Amino acid sequence: MDNAISFKLKIWRQASPQEKGRFETYELRDIPTDTSFLEALDILNEQLIEKGEEPVAFDHDCREGICGMCSLYINGHPHGPATGATTCQLYVRRFRDGETITVEPWRSAAFPVIKDLMVNRNALDQIQQAGGYVSFNTGGAQDANAIPISKVDADEAMDSASCIGCGACVAACKNGSAMLFVAAKVSQFALLPQGKPEAKRRVKAMLAKMDELGFGNCTNTGACAAECPKNIKLSNISRLNREFVSAKCRD
Amino acid sequence: MWLTNSSVGRKIVMSVTGLFLVLFVTFHALMNLVALFGFKYYEAICEFLGANWYALVGTLVLAAGFVIHICYAFWLTLQNRSARGDDRYAVSARPKGVSWASQNMLVLGLIVVCFMVLHLIQFWANMQLPEIAGKTAMKGVQALATAFGPQWWYITLPVYLLGFAALWFHISHGFWSAFQTLGTAGDKWIPRWKCAAMWWATIVFLLFAVEAVYFTLHFNGIINC
Ligand code: HEM
Ligand code: SF4
Ligand code: FES
Repeated sequence: MDNAISFKLKIWRQASPQEKGRFETYELRDIPTDTSFLEALDILNEQLIEKGEEPVAFDHDCREGICGMCSLYINGHPHGPATGATTCQLYVRRFRDGETITVEPWRSAAFPVIKDLMVNRNALDQIQQAGGYVSFNTGGAQDANAIPISKVDADEAMDSASCIGCGACVAACKNGSAMLFVAAKVSQFALLPQGKPEAKRRVKAMLAKMDELGFGNCTNTGACAAECPKNIKLSNISRLNREFVSAKCRD
Repeated sequence: MWLTNSSVGRKIVMSVTGLFLVLFVTFHALMNLVALFGFKYYEAICEFLGANWYALVGTLVLAAGFVIHICYAFWLTLQNRSARGDDRYAVSARPKGVSWASQNMLVLGLIVVCFMVLHLIQFWANMQLPEIAGKTAMKGVQALATAFGPQWWYITLPVYLLGFAALWFHISHGFWSAFQTLGTAGDKWIPRWKCAAMWWATIVFLLFAVEAVYFTLHFNGIINC
Protein backbone atom coordinates (compact mmCIF):
# COMPACT_ATOMS: atom_id res chain seq x y z
CA MET A 1 0.00 0.00 0.00
CA ASP A 2 1.34 3.35 -1.01
CA ASN A 3 -0.28 5.43 1.68
CA ALA A 4 0.17 3.00 4.53
CA ILE A 5 3.11 2.67 6.90
CA SER A 6 4.41 0.15 9.39
CA PHE A 7 5.89 1.25 12.66
CA LYS A 8 6.77 0.17 16.17
CA LEU A 9 5.08 1.50 19.28
CA LYS A 10 7.16 1.61 22.44
CA ILE A 11 4.44 1.94 25.07
CA TRP A 12 4.56 2.40 28.83
CA ARG A 13 2.73 -0.49 30.53
CA GLN A 14 1.88 -0.28 34.19
CA ALA A 15 -0.75 -2.58 35.70
CA SER A 16 -1.71 -0.33 38.61
CA PRO A 17 -0.58 2.79 40.47
CA GLN A 18 1.46 0.69 42.90
CA GLU A 19 3.13 -1.63 40.46
CA LYS A 20 6.34 -0.76 38.63
CA GLY A 21 5.91 0.08 34.98
CA ARG A 22 8.04 -0.79 31.96
CA PHE A 23 8.19 -0.17 28.23
CA GLU A 24 6.77 -2.77 25.87
CA THR A 25 7.30 -2.63 22.11
CA TYR A 26 4.57 -3.59 19.63
CA GLU A 27 4.54 -3.66 15.87
CA LEU A 28 1.77 -2.31 13.66
CA ARG A 29 1.80 -3.19 9.95
CA ASP A 30 0.29 -1.40 6.97
CA ILE A 31 -1.65 1.27 8.78
CA PRO A 32 -3.23 3.78 6.36
CA THR A 33 -1.68 7.21 6.95
CA ASP A 34 -5.08 8.85 7.34
CA THR A 35 -5.76 6.73 10.43
CA SER A 36 -5.84 8.81 13.58
CA PHE A 37 -3.25 7.97 16.19
CA LEU A 38 -5.90 6.85 18.66
CA GLU A 39 -7.40 4.59 15.99
CA ALA A 40 -3.98 3.05 15.55
CA LEU A 41 -3.99 2.33 19.28
CA ASP A 42 -7.50 0.83 18.87
CA ILE A 43 -6.13 -1.45 16.15
CA LEU A 44 -3.26 -2.45 18.43
CA ASN A 45 -5.71 -3.18 21.25
CA GLU A 46 -7.86 -5.39 19.02
CA GLN A 47 -4.78 -7.37 18.10
CA LEU A 48 -3.83 -7.67 21.76
CA ILE A 49 -7.32 -8.83 22.72
CA GLU A 50 -7.28 -11.42 19.93
CA LYS A 51 -4.00 -12.72 21.30
CA GLY A 52 -5.55 -12.86 24.76
CA GLU A 53 -3.34 -10.07 26.11
CA GLU A 54 -4.31 -7.06 28.19
CA PRO A 55 -5.19 -4.06 25.97
CA VAL A 56 -3.36 -0.73 26.50
CA ALA A 57 -5.36 1.65 28.70
CA PHE A 58 -5.46 5.25 27.47
CA ASP A 59 -7.82 8.19 27.97
CA HIS A 60 -10.06 9.50 25.21
CA ASP A 61 -13.60 10.69 24.77
CA CYS A 62 -14.78 13.17 22.14
CA ARG A 63 -12.00 12.42 19.65
CA GLU A 64 -12.51 15.84 18.09
CA GLY A 65 -10.27 18.03 20.20
CA ILE A 66 -12.83 19.57 22.54
CA CYS A 67 -13.13 17.49 25.69
CA GLY A 68 -9.54 17.44 26.97
CA MET A 69 -9.67 13.77 27.84
CA CYS A 70 -6.95 12.40 25.56
CA SER A 71 -3.36 12.73 26.69
CA LEU A 72 -0.14 10.80 25.80
CA TYR A 73 3.46 12.00 25.63
CA ILE A 74 4.46 10.97 22.14
CA ASN A 75 8.09 11.16 21.01
CA GLY A 76 8.91 13.77 23.62
CA HIS A 77 5.86 15.98 23.13
CA PRO A 78 2.53 16.03 24.96
CA HIS A 79 -0.19 15.41 22.33
CA GLY A 80 2.58 14.41 19.91
CA PRO A 81 4.63 16.37 17.39
CA ALA A 82 1.79 18.44 15.91
CA THR A 83 1.29 21.95 17.34
CA GLY A 84 -2.09 23.36 18.30
CA ALA A 85 -3.67 19.90 18.20
CA THR A 86 -4.71 17.23 20.66
CA THR A 87 -3.64 13.59 20.45
CA CYS A 88 -7.06 12.69 19.02
CA GLN A 89 -6.35 15.15 16.19
CA LEU A 90 -2.99 13.53 15.41
CA TYR A 91 -2.70 11.30 12.35
CA VAL A 92 -0.42 8.46 11.41
CA ARG A 93 0.87 10.51 8.44
CA ARG A 94 2.91 12.50 10.94
CA PHE A 95 5.23 9.51 11.33
CA ARG A 96 7.72 7.75 9.09
CA ASP A 97 7.64 4.21 7.85
CA GLY A 98 9.70 1.99 10.14
CA GLU A 99 9.82 4.55 12.95
CA THR A 100 9.69 3.59 16.63
CA ILE A 101 7.18 5.84 18.34
CA THR A 102 7.60 6.23 22.10
CA VAL A 103 4.34 6.70 23.99
CA GLU A 104 4.44 7.65 27.68
CA PRO A 105 1.89 8.84 30.21
CA TRP A 106 1.89 12.45 31.50
CA ARG A 107 4.58 12.57 34.17
CA SER A 108 4.02 14.81 37.15
CA ALA A 109 3.78 14.09 40.85
CA ALA A 110 0.28 15.57 40.84
CA PHE A 111 -0.83 13.21 38.02
CA PRO A 112 -0.27 9.66 39.32
CA VAL A 113 -0.55 6.85 36.77
CA ILE A 114 -3.81 4.89 37.09
CA LYS A 115 -2.98 2.29 34.50
CA ASP A 116 -0.66 2.20 31.48
CA LEU A 117 -1.07 5.57 29.75
CA MET A 118 -3.95 6.77 31.91
CA VAL A 119 -3.18 9.31 34.62
CA ASN A 120 -5.34 10.86 37.31
CA ARG A 121 -5.91 14.50 36.41
CA ASN A 122 -8.41 15.10 39.16
CA ALA A 123 -6.08 17.74 40.63
CA LEU A 124 -7.09 20.12 37.81
CA ASP A 125 -10.77 19.61 38.67
CA GLN A 126 -10.02 20.39 42.29
CA ILE A 127 -8.40 23.68 41.28
CA GLN A 128 -11.49 24.50 39.22
CA GLN A 129 -13.80 23.68 42.12
CA ALA A 130 -11.79 26.01 44.35
CA GLY A 131 -12.92 29.06 42.40
CA GLY A 132 -13.05 28.60 38.65
CA TYR A 133 -16.68 29.69 38.31
CA VAL A 134 -18.97 32.70 38.63
CA SER A 135 -21.86 32.69 41.08
CA PHE A 136 -25.26 33.82 39.80
CA ASN A 137 -28.46 34.47 41.63
CA THR A 138 -31.31 32.59 40.04
CA GLY A 139 -33.87 34.55 38.10
CA GLY A 140 -34.33 35.76 34.57
CA ALA A 141 -31.20 36.09 32.46
CA GLN A 142 -30.01 39.65 31.98
CA ASP A 143 -30.18 41.12 28.50
CA ALA A 144 -26.94 40.31 26.73
CA ASN A 145 -26.40 43.90 25.64
CA ALA A 146 -26.92 45.41 29.06
CA ILE A 147 -23.23 44.98 29.94
CA PRO A 148 -20.91 46.49 27.36
CA ILE A 149 -17.72 44.47 26.77
CA SER A 150 -15.06 45.55 24.30
CA LYS A 151 -14.37 43.26 21.38
CA VAL A 152 -10.72 43.04 22.45
CA ASP A 153 -11.60 41.82 25.93
CA ALA A 154 -14.30 39.49 24.67
CA ASP A 155 -11.89 37.87 22.19
CA GLU A 156 -9.14 37.57 24.77
CA ALA A 157 -11.50 36.00 27.32
CA MET A 158 -12.78 33.61 24.68
CA ASP A 159 -9.22 32.58 23.78
CA SER A 160 -8.48 31.87 27.43
CA ALA A 161 -11.75 29.99 27.79
CA SER A 162 -10.69 27.60 25.05
CA CYS A 163 -8.49 25.71 27.54
CA ILE A 164 -9.81 22.15 27.65
CA GLY A 165 -8.07 21.22 30.90
CA CYS A 166 -6.03 18.43 29.33
CA GLY A 167 -2.95 18.96 31.49
CA ALA A 168 -0.43 19.01 28.63
CA CYS A 169 1.01 22.18 30.12
CA VAL A 170 1.82 20.34 33.35
CA ALA A 171 3.19 17.37 31.43
CA ALA A 172 5.48 19.62 29.37
CA CYS A 173 6.76 21.66 32.31
CA LYS A 174 10.09 20.72 33.86
CA ASN A 175 8.76 22.22 37.10
CA GLY A 176 5.47 20.33 37.04
CA SER A 177 3.68 23.66 37.20
CA ALA A 178 -0.01 24.12 36.40
CA MET A 179 0.29 27.88 35.96
CA LEU A 180 -0.87 27.97 32.33
CA PHE A 181 -4.04 26.06 33.16
CA VAL A 182 -4.79 28.22 36.21
CA ALA A 183 -3.91 31.38 34.27
CA ALA A 184 -6.38 30.47 31.52
CA LYS A 185 -9.12 29.70 34.03
CA VAL A 186 -8.52 32.93 35.94
CA SER A 187 -8.17 35.05 32.80
CA GLN A 188 -11.44 33.96 31.21
CA PHE A 189 -13.28 35.66 34.10
CA ALA A 190 -10.80 38.37 35.04
CA LEU A 191 -11.30 40.01 31.65
CA LEU A 192 -15.09 40.17 31.89
CA PRO A 193 -17.32 42.32 34.13
CA GLN A 194 -19.23 39.21 35.23
CA GLY A 195 -16.04 37.84 36.73
CA LYS A 196 -14.94 41.00 38.53
CA PRO A 197 -16.97 40.74 41.79
CA GLU A 198 -15.34 37.43 42.73
CA ALA A 199 -11.97 38.08 41.09
CA LYS A 200 -9.88 38.44 44.26
CA ARG A 201 -11.36 35.46 46.05
CA ARG A 202 -11.09 33.37 42.88
CA VAL A 203 -7.41 33.98 42.14
CA LYS A 204 -6.38 33.43 45.75
CA ALA A 205 -8.43 30.25 46.16
CA MET A 206 -7.33 28.70 42.88
CA LEU A 207 -3.65 29.44 43.44
CA ALA A 208 -3.80 28.19 47.02
CA LYS A 209 -5.34 24.94 45.78
CA MET A 210 -2.70 24.63 43.07
CA ASP A 211 0.09 25.03 45.67
CA GLU A 212 -1.61 22.67 48.11
CA LEU A 213 -1.78 19.92 45.48
CA GLY A 214 1.97 20.09 44.99
CA PHE A 215 2.33 21.66 41.56
CA GLY A 216 5.67 23.43 40.99
CA ASN A 217 6.69 27.07 40.82
CA CYS A 218 6.68 28.62 37.35
CA THR A 219 10.09 29.68 36.00
CA ASN A 220 8.62 31.03 32.77
CA THR A 221 10.30 28.52 30.48
CA GLY A 222 7.31 28.70 28.15
CA ALA A 223 7.19 24.97 27.39
CA CYS A 224 3.51 24.94 28.45
CA ALA A 225 2.38 27.50 25.89
CA ALA A 226 4.55 25.91 23.20
CA GLU A 227 2.86 22.53 23.73
CA CYS A 228 -0.69 23.61 24.57
CA PRO A 229 -3.11 22.11 22.03
CA LYS A 230 -5.34 25.19 22.36
CA ASN A 231 -2.50 27.72 22.00
CA ILE A 232 -3.20 29.31 25.37
CA LYS A 233 -0.78 32.23 25.52
CA LEU A 234 2.03 32.78 28.03
CA SER A 235 0.74 36.30 28.68
CA ASN A 236 -2.10 34.70 30.67
CA ILE A 237 0.47 33.75 33.32
CA SER A 238 1.57 37.34 33.69
CA ARG A 239 -2.11 38.32 34.06
CA LEU A 240 -2.50 35.66 36.75
CA ASN A 241 0.52 37.04 38.63
CA ARG A 242 -0.87 40.57 38.31
CA GLU A 243 -4.30 39.51 39.60
CA PHE A 244 -2.76 37.64 42.50
CA VAL A 245 -0.38 40.40 43.57
CA SER A 246 -3.08 43.04 43.40
CA ALA A 247 -5.47 40.81 45.40
CA LYS A 248 -2.82 40.20 48.04
CA CYS A 249 -1.84 43.86 48.26
CA ARG A 250 -5.48 44.75 48.98
CA ASP A 251 -5.92 42.17 51.74
CA MET B 1 3.06 35.40 54.72
CA TRP B 2 2.30 35.15 51.02
CA LEU B 3 5.89 35.88 49.97
CA THR B 4 6.93 32.56 51.49
CA ASN B 5 3.89 30.31 51.36
CA SER B 6 2.50 30.91 47.90
CA SER B 7 4.25 29.95 44.68
CA VAL B 8 3.64 33.31 43.04
CA GLY B 9 4.80 35.10 46.20
CA ARG B 10 8.05 33.15 46.21
CA LYS B 11 8.54 34.03 42.56
CA ILE B 12 8.01 37.70 43.38
CA VAL B 13 10.87 37.51 45.90
CA MET B 14 12.99 35.79 43.25
CA SER B 15 12.26 38.43 40.64
CA VAL B 16 12.75 41.44 42.93
CA THR B 17 16.08 40.15 44.28
CA GLY B 18 17.07 39.10 40.74
CA LEU B 19 16.40 42.54 39.30
CA PHE B 20 18.29 44.12 42.20
CA LEU B 21 21.28 41.91 41.37
CA VAL B 22 21.00 42.84 37.69
CA LEU B 23 21.20 46.51 38.68
CA PHE B 24 24.19 45.76 40.89
CA VAL B 25 26.19 43.90 38.24
CA THR B 26 25.41 46.67 35.77
CA PHE B 27 26.78 49.32 38.12
CA HIS B 28 29.78 47.12 38.84
CA ALA B 29 30.57 46.78 35.13
CA LEU B 30 30.27 50.53 34.66
CA MET B 31 32.55 51.29 37.60
CA ASN B 32 35.22 48.93 36.27
CA LEU B 33 35.00 50.72 32.98
CA VAL B 34 36.44 53.79 34.64
CA ALA B 35 39.77 51.93 34.90
CA LEU B 36 40.00 51.85 31.12
CA PHE B 37 40.08 55.62 31.12
CA GLY B 38 42.81 55.84 33.74
CA PHE B 39 43.77 53.79 36.79
CA LYS B 40 43.88 56.88 38.97
CA TYR B 41 40.12 57.33 38.49
CA TYR B 42 39.60 53.67 39.37
CA GLU B 43 41.68 54.13 42.51
CA ALA B 44 39.56 57.14 43.43
CA ILE B 45 36.39 55.01 43.30
CA CYS B 46 38.05 52.34 45.44
CA GLU B 47 39.07 54.95 48.00
CA PHE B 48 35.61 56.47 47.96
CA LEU B 49 33.96 53.12 48.70
CA GLY B 50 36.51 51.50 51.01
CA ALA B 51 34.97 50.58 54.36
CA ASN B 52 32.93 53.72 54.98
CA TRP B 53 29.59 53.31 56.66
CA TYR B 54 27.73 53.72 53.37
CA ALA B 55 29.95 51.16 51.68
CA LEU B 56 29.33 48.75 54.56
CA VAL B 57 25.57 49.27 54.48
CA GLY B 58 25.69 48.77 50.72
CA THR B 59 27.70 45.57 51.14
CA LEU B 60 25.22 44.23 53.69
CA VAL B 61 22.19 44.99 51.53
CA LEU B 62 23.92 43.39 48.56
CA ALA B 63 24.88 40.30 50.56
CA ALA B 64 21.28 40.01 51.76
CA GLY B 65 20.12 40.22 48.16
CA PHE B 66 22.42 37.39 47.15
CA VAL B 67 21.59 35.23 50.16
CA ILE B 68 17.83 35.59 49.68
CA HIS B 69 18.09 34.99 45.93
CA ILE B 70 20.25 31.88 46.37
CA CYS B 71 18.19 30.43 49.25
CA TYR B 72 14.97 30.89 47.27
CA ALA B 73 16.66 29.47 44.17
CA PHE B 74 17.42 26.20 45.96
CA TRP B 75 14.06 26.13 47.70
CA LEU B 76 12.11 26.65 44.48
CA THR B 77 14.24 24.23 42.50
CA LEU B 78 13.80 21.49 45.11
CA GLN B 79 10.04 22.04 45.17
CA ASN B 80 9.94 21.94 41.39
CA ARG B 81 11.87 18.70 41.27
CA SER B 82 9.49 17.01 43.63
CA ALA B 83 6.49 18.42 41.72
CA ARG B 84 7.94 16.81 38.61
CA GLY B 85 7.93 13.42 40.34
CA ASP B 86 10.41 10.59 40.38
CA ASP B 87 9.58 9.22 36.94
CA ARG B 88 11.34 10.94 34.08
CA TYR B 89 10.38 10.81 30.43
CA ALA B 90 12.32 8.35 28.32
CA VAL B 91 12.15 10.73 25.37
CA SER B 92 11.82 14.46 25.84
CA ALA B 93 12.36 17.33 23.48
CA ARG B 94 12.79 21.04 24.17
CA PRO B 95 9.94 22.75 22.32
CA LYS B 96 10.67 25.59 19.92
CA GLY B 97 10.90 28.96 21.62
CA VAL B 98 11.99 27.54 24.98
CA SER B 99 15.46 28.83 25.81
CA TRP B 100 18.09 26.55 27.25
CA ALA B 101 18.88 29.12 29.93
CA SER B 102 15.29 29.11 31.20
CA GLN B 103 15.56 25.43 32.08
CA ASN B 104 18.99 25.67 33.69
CA MET B 105 18.82 28.74 35.91
CA LEU B 106 20.15 26.99 39.01
CA VAL B 107 23.18 25.51 37.24
CA LEU B 108 23.95 28.90 35.70
CA GLY B 109 23.59 30.57 39.08
CA LEU B 110 25.96 28.05 40.63
CA ILE B 111 28.62 28.76 38.01
CA VAL B 112 28.24 32.43 38.90
CA VAL B 113 28.74 31.52 42.58
CA CYS B 114 31.98 29.64 41.75
CA PHE B 115 33.26 32.70 39.94
CA MET B 116 32.20 34.89 42.86
CA VAL B 117 34.18 32.83 45.37
CA LEU B 118 37.41 33.40 43.43
CA HIS B 119 36.51 37.02 42.82
CA LEU B 120 35.80 37.74 46.50
CA ILE B 121 39.06 36.06 47.55
CA GLN B 122 41.03 38.12 45.06
CA PHE B 123 39.43 41.48 45.78
CA TRP B 124 37.10 41.77 48.75
CA ALA B 125 39.35 39.69 51.06
CA ASN B 126 42.31 41.92 50.16
CA MET B 127 40.55 45.26 50.19
CA GLN B 128 37.43 45.81 52.28
CA LEU B 129 37.89 42.92 54.72
CA PRO B 130 41.33 43.96 56.07
CA GLU B 131 40.10 47.55 56.27
CA ILE B 132 37.16 46.44 58.43
CA ALA B 133 39.58 44.43 60.58
CA GLY B 134 41.81 47.51 60.94
CA LYS B 135 44.70 45.95 59.00
CA THR B 136 46.44 47.42 56.00
CA ALA B 137 44.43 46.85 52.89
CA MET B 138 45.60 46.45 49.31
CA LYS B 139 45.08 49.33 46.93
CA GLY B 140 42.53 48.77 44.17
CA VAL B 141 45.04 48.76 41.36
CA GLN B 142 47.39 46.55 43.34
CA ALA B 143 44.63 43.92 43.71
CA LEU B 144 43.94 44.15 39.97
CA ALA B 145 47.63 43.72 39.19
CA THR B 146 47.85 40.62 41.38
CA ALA B 147 44.75 38.93 39.99
CA PHE B 148 45.46 39.68 36.34
CA GLY B 149 49.27 39.76 36.51
CA PRO B 150 51.77 37.09 35.35
CA GLN B 151 51.28 34.90 38.42
CA TRP B 152 47.53 34.39 38.29
CA TRP B 153 46.05 35.55 34.98
CA TYR B 154 45.82 32.06 33.46
CA ILE B 155 43.46 31.08 36.29
CA THR B 156 41.69 34.40 36.69
CA LEU B 157 40.87 35.09 33.05
CA PRO B 158 39.24 31.74 32.14
CA VAL B 159 37.23 31.55 35.38
CA TYR B 160 36.05 35.12 34.94
CA LEU B 161 35.07 34.63 31.31
CA LEU B 162 33.18 31.47 32.24
CA GLY B 163 31.40 33.33 35.04
CA PHE B 164 30.47 36.18 32.69
CA ALA B 165 29.14 33.72 30.12
CA ALA B 166 26.97 32.01 32.75
CA LEU B 167 25.77 35.43 33.84
CA TRP B 168 24.86 36.23 30.22
CA PHE B 169 22.67 33.15 30.00
CA HIS B 170 21.19 33.76 33.44
CA ILE B 171 20.23 37.36 32.69
CA SER B 172 19.11 36.62 29.12
CA HIS B 173 16.26 34.65 30.65
CA GLY B 174 16.04 36.07 34.17
CA PHE B 175 15.55 39.67 33.08
CA TRP B 176 12.38 39.18 31.06
CA SER B 177 11.18 36.39 33.35
CA ALA B 178 11.27 38.80 36.28
CA PHE B 179 8.91 41.20 34.51
CA GLN B 180 6.62 38.34 33.55
CA THR B 181 6.59 37.24 37.21
CA LEU B 182 5.82 40.77 38.37
CA GLY B 183 2.77 40.78 36.12
CA THR B 184 4.11 43.51 33.86
CA ALA B 185 4.14 41.50 30.64
CA GLY B 186 1.48 40.98 28.02
CA ASP B 187 1.31 39.96 24.38
CA LYS B 188 3.02 43.22 23.37
CA TRP B 189 5.51 43.34 26.21
CA ILE B 190 6.76 39.75 26.34
CA PRO B 191 8.75 40.17 23.08
CA ARG B 192 9.90 43.62 24.20
CA TRP B 193 11.17 42.39 27.57
CA LYS B 194 12.83 39.43 25.84
CA CYS B 195 14.59 41.77 23.45
CA ALA B 196 15.65 44.05 26.31
CA ALA B 197 16.96 41.01 28.21
CA MET B 198 19.21 40.03 25.29
CA TRP B 199 20.57 43.57 24.98
CA TRP B 200 21.10 44.00 28.70
CA ALA B 201 22.81 40.63 29.12
CA THR B 202 25.02 41.24 26.08
CA ILE B 203 26.08 44.72 27.13
CA VAL B 204 26.92 43.58 30.67
CA PHE B 205 28.85 40.59 29.28
CA LEU B 206 30.82 42.69 26.81
CA LEU B 207 31.72 45.31 29.41
CA PHE B 208 33.04 42.72 31.87
CA ALA B 209 34.81 40.66 29.19
CA VAL B 210 36.53 43.65 27.61
CA GLU B 211 37.62 44.86 31.05
CA ALA B 212 39.05 41.47 32.08
CA VAL B 213 40.91 41.07 28.80
CA TYR B 214 42.24 44.62 29.04
CA PHE B 215 43.49 44.10 32.59
CA THR B 216 45.21 40.85 31.57
CA LEU B 217 46.96 42.49 28.63
CA HIS B 218 47.89 45.55 30.66
CA PHE B 219 49.27 43.82 33.73
CA ASN B 220 51.32 41.40 31.64
CA GLY B 221 52.92 44.28 29.82
CA ILE B 222 51.47 43.34 26.46
CA ILE B 223 49.79 46.68 25.99
CA ASN B 224 50.98 49.86 27.53
CA CYS B 225 47.95 52.07 27.83
C1 HEM C 1 24.58 33.71 42.67
C2 HEM C 1 23.90 32.64 42.55
C3 HEM C 1 22.59 32.62 41.82
C4 HEM C 1 21.76 31.55 41.80
C5 HEM C 1 21.99 30.22 42.48
C6 HEM C 1 20.61 31.92 41.01
C7 HEM C 1 19.56 31.09 40.72
C8 HEM C 1 18.40 31.45 40.11
C9 HEM C 1 17.30 30.58 39.84
C10 HEM C 1 17.22 29.11 40.16
C11 HEM C 1 16.32 31.30 39.27
C12 HEM C 1 14.95 30.80 38.85
C13 HEM C 1 14.04 31.14 40.02
C14 HEM C 1 12.72 30.49 40.03
O1 HEM C 1 12.61 29.25 39.98
O2 HEM C 1 11.75 31.23 40.15
C15 HEM C 1 16.81 32.63 39.15
C16 HEM C 1 16.12 33.67 38.64
C17 HEM C 1 16.63 34.88 38.43
N1 HEM C 1 17.93 35.29 38.72
FE1 HEM C 1 19.33 34.25 39.66
N2 HEM C 1 20.75 33.19 40.58
C18 HEM C 1 21.96 33.65 41.05
C19 HEM C 1 22.52 34.85 40.82
C20 HEM C 1 21.91 35.79 40.10
C21 HEM C 1 22.54 37.01 39.75
C22 HEM C 1 23.98 37.41 40.05
C23 HEM C 1 21.59 37.71 39.08
C24 HEM C 1 21.72 39.06 38.50
C25 HEM C 1 22.58 39.38 37.65
C26 HEM C 1 20.38 36.94 39.01
C27 HEM C 1 19.21 37.33 38.42
C28 HEM C 1 18.06 36.57 38.32
C29 HEM C 1 16.79 37.01 37.77
C30 HEM C 1 16.48 38.39 37.21
C31 HEM C 1 15.90 35.94 37.86
C32 HEM C 1 14.44 35.91 37.40
C33 HEM C 1 13.47 35.89 38.52
C34 HEM C 1 12.10 35.43 38.08
O3 HEM C 1 11.96 34.72 37.10
O4 HEM C 1 11.15 35.72 38.77
N3 HEM C 1 20.62 35.78 39.64
N4 HEM C 1 18.09 32.72 39.68
S1 SF4 D 1 -3.65 25.48 29.17
FE1 SF4 D 1 -3.54 24.24 27.28
S2 SF4 D 1 -2.25 22.51 27.85
FE2 SF4 D 1 -2.92 23.43 29.78
S3 SF4 D 1 -4.79 22.33 30.35
FE3 SF4 D 1 -5.46 24.11 29.15
S4 SF4 D 1 -5.60 23.36 27.03
FE4 SF4 D 1 -4.39 21.82 28.15
S1 FES E 1 -10.49 12.95 23.04
FE1 FES E 1 -11.51 14.83 23.50
S2 FES E 1 -9.90 16.25 23.18
FE2 FES E 1 -8.98 14.42 22.49
